[in-house]
Amino acid sequence: MASAAIATAADTSAYSVRSLYRSLLRQSKQFANYNFRSYAWRRTRDAFREHQREKDARRVQELMQDGLKELQVMKRQTIVSQFYQLDRLVVEGGKTGKQIGDEGGIVRQKDTGWD
Amino acid sequence: MSGPASAAVRQVSRGCTRRLSSTTFNSSHLRPAIRSSVNAGQRRNYVSETKPASAQVADVESAMRADQKKFIRQAGILPSQAQSQAGVPGDVMMSPAAGILKQASVMDQGTRPIYLDAQATTPVDPRVLDAMLPYLTGMYGNPHSRTHAYGWESEKAADQAREHVAALIGADPKEIIFTSGATESNNMSIKGVARFFGRSGKKKHIITCQTEHKCVLDSCRHLQDQGFDVTYLPVGSNGLINMDELKAAIRPDTMLVSIMTVNNEIGVIQPMKEIGELCRSKKIYFHTDGAQAVGKIPINVNEWNVDLMSISSHKIYGPKGMGACYIRRRPRVRIDPIISGGGQERGLRSGTLAPHLVVGFGEACRIAKNEMAYDHARISALSKRLLDGLLAMEHTTLNGDHDRHYPGCVNVSFAYVEGESLLMALKDIALSSGSACTSASLEPSYVLRALGSSDESAHSSIRFGLGRFTTTSEVDYVLKAVRERVQFLRELSPLWELVQEGIDLNTIEWSQH
Repeated sequence: MASAAIATAADTSAYSVRSLYRSLLRQSKQFANYNFRSYAWRRTRDAFREHQREKDARRVQELMQDGLKELQVMKRQTIVSQFYQLDRLVVEGGKTGKQIGDEGGIVRQKDTGWD
Repeated sequence: MSGPASAAVRQVSRGCTRRLSSTTFNSSHLRPAIRSSVNAGQRRNYVSETKPASAQVADVESAMRADQKKFIRQAGILPSQAQSQAGVPGDVMMSPAAGILKQASVMDQGTRPIYLDAQATTPVDPRVLDAMLPYLTGMYGNPHSRTHAYGWESEKAADQAREHVAALIGADPKEIIFTSGATESNNMSIKGVARFFGRSGKKKHIITCQTEHKCVLDSCRHLQDQGFDVTYLPVGSNGLINMDELKAAIRPDTMLVSIMTVNNEIGVIQPMKEIGELCRSKKIYFHTDGAQAVGKIPINVNEWNVDLMSISSHKIYGPKGMGACYIRRRPRVRIDPIISGGGQERGLRSGTLAPHLVVGFGEACRIAKNEMAYDHARISALSKRLLDGLLAMEHTTLNGDHDRHYPGCVNVSFAYVEGESLLMALKDIALSSGSACTSASLEPSYVLRALGSSDESAHSSIRFGLGRFTTTSEVDYVLKAVRERVQFLRELSPLWELVQEGIDLNTIEWSQH
């Protein structure tokens, strides 16, 4: 994996930059934790926007290297985060209801005695 | 607010712990019924139950083998040869845990509170954890072992981490001493300097401030018992110390001034540069507790003339149980070590370093240095949003100075509401009324008392801590929740009724019991 990173780092064409951007965004959505997920997404977007107009080839190269490194980290850490899933945050919302069956499905249930 | 009110408050906290309807934030998601949280009627909660059979795989081994067999049948290759789209080898993706996860039923209902207590501690950044993991698995060498490669690699990592920590505060790596946290660093600095000077017996006066953290105040109290003199400087109503008072408090036998950089409860930033200059000109050691400041505001120990500084790892998204103490080498600061032993860390703090914690701390410092501008801009924007929303409510005040203020710490007083009952009513938000160390007691915060706030005001204040991972929708949720529940609690309060009628509470003669 490391050799692949170095090999692609030389490639700073617009296509590969966009490809890295897309993979980073896609990977960031894999975090199980809401805060990490939204931070990774936001940070990726802001970092790419910040350096949108970068002209210096050497600097672009460095940034690409950093981005690839971040991608590797994110790939490992999203897996780790999925191992230890906790309840969702209240702000995330989601379905409510009671679990039935054995496939982990959730059946919607009307709250009785409420209205 | 006692007697008849307490029963009502209890009922409120029961009624209000329910979550706000999430529809406001996720309008695309339809919910069967929109609930109003003001109606405090008793509602039964339906906790969806996970059936034990689907929560765990009874026989992990056979489940794993079945999974692998299925994979080979479908793909025709061994899992280790496969490469998934994400670039992760197939056998990693197909680990038994992943198999279990596929079976596990994830509760789809949000029940965890929003974390808004960044002054107490912060979550470990995934990038930090990624740096730590190799040292928890393969590289377990003792960094002080000089005879084999296990030791060398750990030592190299520890030295690299030391450089990152030093770079964050503009120091030399040799001046960083790793400790177990800011409390130990504070103890080491204050007691160490006092014990060093106590031997010659010439200097025996320490100056500190009333709003310091408990560990500084307690160390000073301990030294007082041993015959040292301690001056506790008062602070103004904005939380800042007065430089003239500090100047007046300095005596010929003063050896140490200890003032924290950023206060943990109200977030005010003390005038470090002026204090540093004053101390340097009087040849007094200057210690600062930088636990809440390092990594959040730009710090340069040489610019500020700081001689000793305490740093904590878990306030900057690093692991808990780790910290550092900056001890200046030129001009040399002499301290007497508290912990003696093998002579690690220049003999100032013996004991084997924990490489994984050190590496995590170093990585956290490196990230903090790189991201400081980005994080600060973002936290400032969120803080402005939160503060504007909170101060738009009636009878709310910000504690601490408006301008010399770290934006990530917002301490607001809600008049005519009891802070503890508001915290109970806001169970879906992790908040605190003060520092975590004193959150077990119901006493009002000594920091707010030192600012000159009344007992009621100190009782009714809440600290909101924003961090790197706080989102805008969380802030909006908090604003909505606080607004609704403060209003609700105030409606219960007889004091609030009197205020609405235009009666000044100070003019009332309360009858004696």
